[in-house]
Amino acid sequence: MIDVQGLIKDFGTTRAVDGVTFSVRAGEIMGLLGPNGSGKTTIMRVLTGFFPPSDGRVTIDGLDVEEHSLAVRERIGYLPENVVLYPDLSVRRFLTFCAEVKGIPARTRRARIDEVMVACGLTEVAGKLIGKLSKGYRQRVGIAQAVIHRPQVLVLDEPTVGLDPRQIVEIRTLIKSLGGSTTILLSTHILPEVSMTCERVMIIDYGRIIAEDTAEGLTRRLQGSHETRARIAGPREAVLRTLQALPGLEDVREEPASDGVVAVVVRSSQGDEARRALAEEVVGNGWGLLEVRPLPMTLEDLFVRLVRSERESGT
Amino acid sequence: MRTLALIRKELASYFAGPLVYVVVGAFLLATGYRFYTTLNSYVTFGFGMNILEHFWEDFFVNHIGFYLLIVVPLFTMRLIAEERRLGTIELLYTYPLRDIEIMTAKFVACFLVFMVFLAGTLLYPLVVYMIQPFDPAPFVARYVGTMLFLASCIACGLFISSLTDSQVVASSCTFVLLLLFWIITWNEAAVSSTLLTALSQLSTFDHFFSFARGVIDLKDVTYFVLFIALFLFLTLRSMEARHWRGRR
Repeated sequence: MIDVQGLIKDFGTTRAVDGVTFSVRAGEIMGLLGPNGSGKTTIMRVLTGFFPPSDGRVTIDGLDVEEHSLAVRERIGYLPENVVLYPDLSVRRFLTFCAEVKGIPARTRRARIDEVMVACGLTEVAGKLIGKLSKGYRQRVGIAQAVIHRPQVLVLDEPTVGLDPRQIVEIRTLIKSLGGSTTILLSTHILPEVSMTCERVMIIDYGRIIAEDTAEGLTRRLQGSHETRARIAGPREAVLRTLQALPGLEDVREEPASDGVVAVVVRSSQGDEARRALAEEVVGNGWGLLEVRPLPMTLEDLFVRLVRSERESGT
Repeated sequence: MRTLALIRKELASYFAGPLVYVVVGAFLLATGYRFYTTLNSYVTFGFGMNILEHFWEDFFVNHIGFYLLIVVPLFTMRLIAEERRLGTIELLYTYPLRDIEIMTAKFVACFLVFMVFLAGTLLYPLVVYMIQPFDPAPFVARYVGTMLFLASCIACGLFISSLTDSQVVASSCTFVLLLLFWIITWNEAAVSSTLLTALSQLSTFDHFFSFARGVIDLKDVTYFVLFIALFLFLTLRSMEARHWRGRR
């Protein structure tokens, strides 16, 4: 459905996207994961026809985004990043405008708007001005405008950014419910998000794809976390000295804790083995082991690891 | 169809805020005050002149025309600049809309809003007519001229609004440019007569003046139509610039 071949986008002398190639099958949910400024938004803007690629070929449903710009835009629903909608229009007025512009026939327009408002949970704010809505509701209006014409392809740029946890769950459920019938490309810089919503994940950095994996594959990679957080009740000096001397621990970092308790984050490539050794050592010394918890891998960790493995495979 | 939808959206935005009501009120207050005082002074001191002819000429050019010139930038500044600042331009550019449809809708919607201003000014000839009936024919020319002048100002403002994200920059630049076209021939002694002839061809003031006298001259109509077409063309080019510049 989405096919991108050797996409390059330059802004002046800066290369924002550097030779990206990927494709998304019909009905698939693909995640685009990368830190801010990695080129996610630029790729999405090219897909949605906001600006053309500097080089490469992008097709949606077999149509070139540059040559058949209008036809492509009819097939796409797009939620831009930090979506700010027209603050002085009411929700219903704005969605009516979207429906008209996106060519929904007058006969079915009202019914379709009501349907979308129910699906996105907007019915109770239909008459309110968009500018007066909370961030969560605005985001839902943004999704409503993207899906109103039942697009074949949905492009969502950071759909859950700035929402509270409950709203995030709601939005994720909404996105998942659309999968299957709609091809979805969504971007995020939050790691757990992709494994929860996407079937396939692409990781990009500095405008290049550095890894592509299924959601399960990525989750598996994430479980082997290197960092463990431990809280130990014991004499500070002795605890730190013992841990630093422990074989297999590469780094011991102390964190603030209450009196009589030492909190540390230890780094080790041995994972569970290191945690076992640490626990035995602490218990053996007669100290209290209050907490041993593997820390979830952060996006930074994953990046460090991916970039390292890429380099190793390169040499 | 899509253009109509956009025009409706634009009009909804205009009338949602207080701007239109406040500015229409201020405009009618200012022109109403000048109507009363100018008519009074013509009646009191205008011995030997064709009072009404001179009064309407003066009133349309120096009051209605000039006040429109001041007010138009307040309305055109937001046309594209605000969409860029809010980021909603990204929606418009990724909806199945041609640039020319977006531009036409913004131009037409703004023009329609100003019809409210002009409708208000119909009151002045009506009041005089009730006291002393006159031939209404010259008013066709006066209103055609005012609409053409208005459309020119809007086209110019639309173009400048498409160049910047800042509404303050857009409105002040538009005002300065419109003022320049308006006063370009005012100091007749400062330039040679050949240059003056050339300048007067460029001046919105000079072309509007003949309409205000009650005459529709094809030359003046052509001038305003070209003026509008030039700025609309530039607006379209400026909107398309994202294709080669690749920025918002």
